[in-house]
Amino acid sequence: MKAAITLHEKRCKGCGICAAFCPRRVYDIKPGEKVTVARPEDCIACRMCEFRCPDLALEVTKL
Amino acid sequence: MYTYNDYIKEEKLPHIWCAGCGNGIVLNALLHALADMQIPPEEVVIVTGSGCLARLVTYPNTSTIKMLHGRVLAGATGIKLANPNLKVFCLMGDGDGATIGGNHLIHCARRNIDVTAIICNNFNYGMTGGQYSATTPYGAITTTSRYGLVEENFNMAELVKACGAPYVARCSATDVLNLRKYIIEATQKKGFGFIEVLSACVTHYGKNNKMGDAPNMMRQIDSMCVPAARAKNMTEEELAGKYITGKLVDRNDLIDFGTSYQRLREEVTAK
Amino acid sequence: MSNMKFMQGNEAVARGAIAAGARFFAGYPITPSSEIAEQCSLLLPKVGGTFIQMEDEMASLAAVEGASCAGVMGFTATSGPGFCIMQEHIGHALMCEIPCVIVVVQRGGPSTGLATKPAQGDVMQARWGCNGDHSIIALSPSSVEECYELTAKAFYFAEKYRTPVIVLSDGITGKMYENVNLRELGEDELPPKREIAGDPADYRTYNFDPDNIPPLAPFGTAWQTHLSSAMHNELGYSFGAPENADRCVRYLTDKIEKHIDEITMTRSYEMEDADVVFISYGCSARSARGAVEKLRESGVKAGLLQLQTVWPFPKKEVTAALGQAKVVAVPELNLGQIFQEVAACNKGTKLISIPKVKGELLTPQEIIDAIKEEM
Repeated sequence: MKAAITLHEKRCKGCGICAAFCPRRVYDIKPGEKVTVARPEDCIACRMCEFRCPDLALEVTKL
Repeated sequence: MYTYNDYIKEEKLPHIWCAGCGNGIVLNALLHALADMQIPPEEVVIVTGSGCLARLVTYPNTSTIKMLHGRVLAGATGIKLANPNLKVFCLMGDGDGATIGGNHLIHCARRNIDVTAIICNNFNYGMTGGQYSATTPYGAITTTSRYGLVEENFNMAELVKACGAPYVARCSATDVLNLRKYIIEATQKKGFGFIEVLSACVTHYGKNNKMGDAPNMMRQIDSMCVPAARAKNMTEEELAGKYITGKLVDRNDLIDFGTSYQRLREEVTAK
Repeated sequence: MSNMKFMQGNEAVARGAIAAGARFFAGYPITPSSEIAEQCSLLLPKVGGTFIQMEDEMASLAAVEGASCAGVMGFTATSGPGFCIMQEHIGHALMCEIPCVIVVVQRGGPSTGLATKPAQGDVMQARWGCNGDHSIIALSPSSVEECYELTAKAFYFAEKYRTPVIVLSDGITGKMYENVNLRELGEDELPPKREIAGDPADYRTYNFDPDNIPPLAPFGTAWQTHLSSAMHNELGYSFGAPENADRCVRYLTDKIEKHIDEITMTRSYEMEDADVVFISYGCSARSARGAVEKLRESGVKAGLLQLQTVWPFPKKEVTAALGQAKVVAVPELNLGQIFQEVAACNKGTKLISIPKVKGELLTPQEIIDAIKEEM
């Protein structure tokens, strides 16, 4: 594991930006639902999802 | 040492904006920039106006003021001149900044007031239901241009540049690292620092113009962006409908209003 | 300490503001107010203050509000058409509770009207110009001396009640030259300092208690403020619940009206035994005073109640004047804006309106002629 991902589920509105832009496909999202951290082991801690999340719902910490 | 958490009121989240709205990205970048610059929160003033982005005042752990629609930069001018130690951040949508407040924008840039101005351009009035603004592209469908818009839009960055602002940058909302960098540079620039963020209103502009969901809309906005270095080698036809992005102005030869006025004060009191 | 100077009313406004501690002026030129801006551009940098000429009247008052929020008392000056444009920010300052002063040197209206001629047609615009229910403080000088004194007082009220205060001058009072004592203001006459104590975590920008208005903490201090002209809660965050809207609107009225006795300033001339009473204000009060002197010479017991405070309307003083008189007349350079307020207080006294909208002063003789039939 390269990173610890914290998803503040209450804040997530399910826009799908994190899933769409993640270079390692760490996230899964179904239409109308919130995102799930499906493959945290693939995360390279680039933190782009954290900065791009419009809902301020993600925190990525490098391990 | 201040951390990101010192600048945000986490208890206020989730915020009020729609899923996929770029406003949250701008808020996030601003808070990170504040933490990077280590500006004490009590020295920060966040000024907004009306519309979706104006609701941003709820979330930062700093003093805030909501001016009237369009009057963000006029209010900020008074704040900064009264207390030059404050770091004044003006957050506007394209309605506030480019349309009803367009006159204040050009004059604030011309006077070179030492504030940081961020226009989050989502090409329409989101709060009132998706009407067109002065940045809506020609031909676009909005709730007040059902047959396609017959007005040309402003090129915000070029407009502010022409007014003599010492710092102008433009980027897409997804270009988050540059966005943060531009906010920091604009803040550290002594004088008017201006950033135009091309952003997504999924609920109205995106829906009206069939731009798909948030990721699709963001990608389409990204595809409209051309970095300044590449744009140099492109023809006018190739650049039609595109937005030139990057740091567009970075001048050190201009004196801001506050500095000039302080010199004037010293001269008249010495006499 | 006496410091007599011969100067123009508009200049005395600028001097009064500076004497009260104002250090910021933002404005847009308009006749007949422009000398106030010109004087500020000369005087303010010498005392460490700031003058800025903005792009319009909205920007002017917005900048003044901004300066006030940053802890520097500010003001602007305009005339009728510019006053129209400022209304949105007067409402903003009322709702946000930002102390500031707006000087209106009235000219003939509506609209462009008579740019260089005096009028008093903005009395109701001062009262009800911005949208929504509220109360307002407006002071009306009738001499150069009062330009100095009432402008200074306007800052006192603005800070004390955390509200915009209007100085309703006019094209005569602003443009004329008289002697004025540029006296130093006493400690108790200066606007109250914004003293904020206690744990910053406990500070609330608002508390909706007319008798306990929290001082506005300047930006840049430990006391965080959130200012919004939307219906808000104590912290300044938007809160649109019906009960809260009701509380906000009633409070904005109560915080002025409950203090009407302190805010009301009137001057009485020959009122002790008067049974012919003029009620007037601004330049028209001077004409009325001339009429009183003439009438007294011919044996008529005439008197004048001059309203220095126009809003909130001095009901108590006006009611007393109506009670003692056989005839009351209201000379003013409009078609009866204050007359209507006097009429609302009247319980059967003979009441006469003396309006004039020619862009000229009322003469004492015109005033005397208007009441002749009633004597």
